[in-house]
Amino acid sequence: MRDISMERVNKTREAILDIIKSPVLTHEQKLTNLAGQADSLMEVLELPEGLDELLNVDIDRQCICDLSEGHAPVRPRYIAPDYAKFMKEGCAFLQLPAPTDLYEALNSLLIFYKHVPSVTNYPVYVGQLDELLEPFIDTVDEVQAKKLLRMFMIHVDRTVLDSFSHANIGPKPTKAGRLLLEVETELEHAVPNLTLKYEEGVTEDDFMLKAIECALHSAKPSFANHKMFKSELTENYVIASCYNGLPLGGGSYTLCRLILGNIAKRAQSIQDFKERELPYVLNIMARYMDARVRFEVEESGFFEHHFLVKEGFIRRERFTAMFGLVGLADCVNLLLKKEGKTGRFGHDEYANTLGVEIMNIINDFNNSHEAPYCEVSGGHYLLHAQVGLAEDQHVTPGTRIPIGEEPQELIDHLQVLNRFHKYFPSGTGDIFPIDLTVHRNPEFVLDIIKGAFRQDLRYLSFYSSDSDVIRVTGYLVKRSEMEKLDSGLAVLQNTTGLGLGASKNGHILERKVR
Amino acid sequence: MGPVKAVVNKIIPFSSVDGPGNRTAVFLQGCNIDCKYCHNPETRGMCKNCGLCVEKCPKGALSLEQGRVCFDSGKCVQCDTCIHICPHDSSPRTEELTPEEVSARVRKQIPYIRGISVSGGECMLQPEFLTALFSLVRAEGLTTLIDSNGTIPFWEYPELMEVTDGVMLDIKAFDCREHRHVTGAGNETVLANALWLAEHKKLYEVRAVIVPGLYDTENSIRQIGAYLAPCLAVSPFRVKLIAYRPMGVRREYADQKVPDQEYLNHLAEILRSYGFSEILII
Ligand code: SF4
Ligand code: SF4
Repeated sequence: MRDISMERVNKTREAILDIIKSPVLTHEQKLTNLAGQADSLMEVLELPEGLDELLNVDIDRQCICDLSEGHAPVRPRYIAPDYAKFMKEGCAFLQLPAPTDLYEALNSLLIFYKHVPSVTNYPVYVGQLDELLEPFIDTVDEVQAKKLLRMFMIHVDRTVLDSFSHANIGPKPTKAGRLLLEVETELEHAVPNLTLKYEEGVTEDDFMLKAIECALHSAKPSFANHKMFKSELTENYVIASCYNGLPLGGGSYTLCRLILGNIAKRAQSIQDFKERELPYVLNIMARYMDARVRFEVEESGFFEHHFLVKEGFIRRERFTAMFGLVGLADCVNLLLKKEGKTGRFGHDEYANTLGVEIMNIINDFNNSHEAPYCEVSGGHYLLHAQVGLAEDQHVTPGTRIPIGEEPQELIDHLQVLNRFHKYFPSGTGDIFPIDLTVHRNPEFVLDIIKGAFRQDLRYLSFYSSDSDVIRVTGYLVKRSEMEKLDSGLAVLQNTTGLGLGASKNGHILERKVR
Repeated sequence: MGPVKAVVNKIIPFSSVDGPGNRTAVFLQGCNIDCKYCHNPETRGMCKNCGLCVEKCPKGALSLEQGRVCFDSGKCVQCDTCIHICPHDSSPRTEELTPEEVSARVRKQIPYIRGISVSGGECMLQPEFLTALFSLVRAEGLTTLIDSNGTIPFWEYPELMEVTDGVMLDIKAFDCREHRHVTGAGNETVLANALWLAEHKKLYEVRAVIVPGLYDTENSIRQIGAYLAPCLAVSPFRVKLIAYRPMGVRREYADQKVPDQEYLNHLAEILRSYGFSEILII
């Protein structure tokens, strides 16, 4: 462990006092932030040379960002337990036998959730709920089943205080899945996030239409291209947190992101960017991630001691890590400007082609970098189009087209996206607010999803332009809760604050309505 | 004979309101009747190249070249000044296109769309063009719908009907005199078309724009219900009740009363009592 300066200690103490006194943080939010401050005093990782000037600098020059994971990772960032095993066998550590009916199944899950760690301290994955509950759904009559599911979802919304938490359903229609959609349509909750794994020919149209109606009410589910994900991660994958594709029974050790727009600032020209600056930063970020992964596996003790590992709900061999990026659009636009060209990403063919060339460089680098302890993903990290942070200003999420610059026609928008989604097995996605009139024609959305997934788009979200629940970047918040927080009142869910930041800095309320 | 061209007012790549699912909507220029509440009057007439709009365009997107008005889409900001000023209910932003050219523009939307819908103006004024266009897009696996005011007899165009999946038919008033009051034309052909299309399983949707005060809307809906109810046994079709809204309507006609939701529900109830089940209110 390396020493740190007294100046840094005192700065941290001031930050701690601010947290303690904060009028807008709930008690739980304070504890999480206090823990983060304590962790920030640690210096135990073997950091690559050159990292400091890329990571610990002003936000407009930062090229690598570790998304507040802390200096001494005490657990993997994202954990996706094998809940099916828990339903079948129960859990010795939690002293829970296998459930025998719907009451027990839901009760057991709620208990289990409170013991699944993550970077947010809340479970980022709460299970493939339709498959988990289908065996129990007929142990009570349908009215009761719906009521129980309703109470279960309310419980999750009020205790898992973070919409980076994600439930999955599909691709096959089930009774449990249908009831869950009905409940979610009525509740209009922000938590948990919900994804329907869709595969044409497997997921029936009427089930999809129900899901789309639900999405137009409560901004969820989102739709994942099941065929694409399973070709990359096998059937045993989950969608967790925002939209992250990860191995079931494992997860992601860490997620760091490249801020491509700021890397472009370092470059003299497109050629300089491609040949010098980008490879330089790629290399440092990869080695930084290697150090984080090694510490978690070799030193933190998590994989030796946690009951999730001991009882086989997760296995070290099922973990990988996410090599993230933001700001492809910012990067392309800046590079073109540096060369005296006027094109914009999302609109001009050569700008989009430059985007593809940059993605190919990143992809090739990742495929040649030997990542430690990532057997499940072939010894490499998985690329991830990160959705941004509330503090981000002038940073466009992943490979998205900036809000306010979306092509006039949705078809042109989609034709840009389908060049980029394929690079990101651990997640990317685009979001479309939809005009109210579509409520009377949900098949309009269905046709777009079908077309998109035939064109190798990976993940799409829709919400109605007038609904209370809206999708910020990947997660959900309620407009009404943001307004409360903005007027100085404390609110229950952590992500409300992030949403408010994003609506002010990221203009998420100004997306082009389709 | 040269290629059958049509003057195209605009093409909407993704439309959620012109038939089932996602469709590309094509609007042809020119209409044979004159509805008082017309929501896109700029599709009614043919451009006379009078040049009036050219001077009024704030962006210099329009010019007169050899007596014809030319449009530069790169400069246009969609302010709609030109169509508001045009004394001939036309638009300088139209294009003359062949069926092949239109179908090429449609192809771009595959696989996101399930079909196309052609509207107007009145697209049945150009049946040869429609037949050619529909044959082309059908070969691409798309479905084809016509949106029509029903004043032109469909039974006279068997080749077109062969490549048409369905028709969305306006019944702008059931009573012939009222129809004339609303549109300037009688409705004998419209009503005959409704029966003929239903009988030949080509009636996808019947549409009624509800403008209380302009005509007796309740009575009209009642009579449409009674007249068409027997057809439901042949093949089901849906009815769309469209609430009048003043957007886009010519100034002299824009002060009609907007119906409230309660009244629209009441009209839907009347249709239900005749056995109609699929009724959309928009
Ligand atoms: S669009 Fe109208 S105003 Fe313009 S040239 Fe044609 S007829 Fe004249
Ligand atoms: S809408 Fe008409 S008047 Fe307005 S900029 Fe375009 S061409 Fe000119």
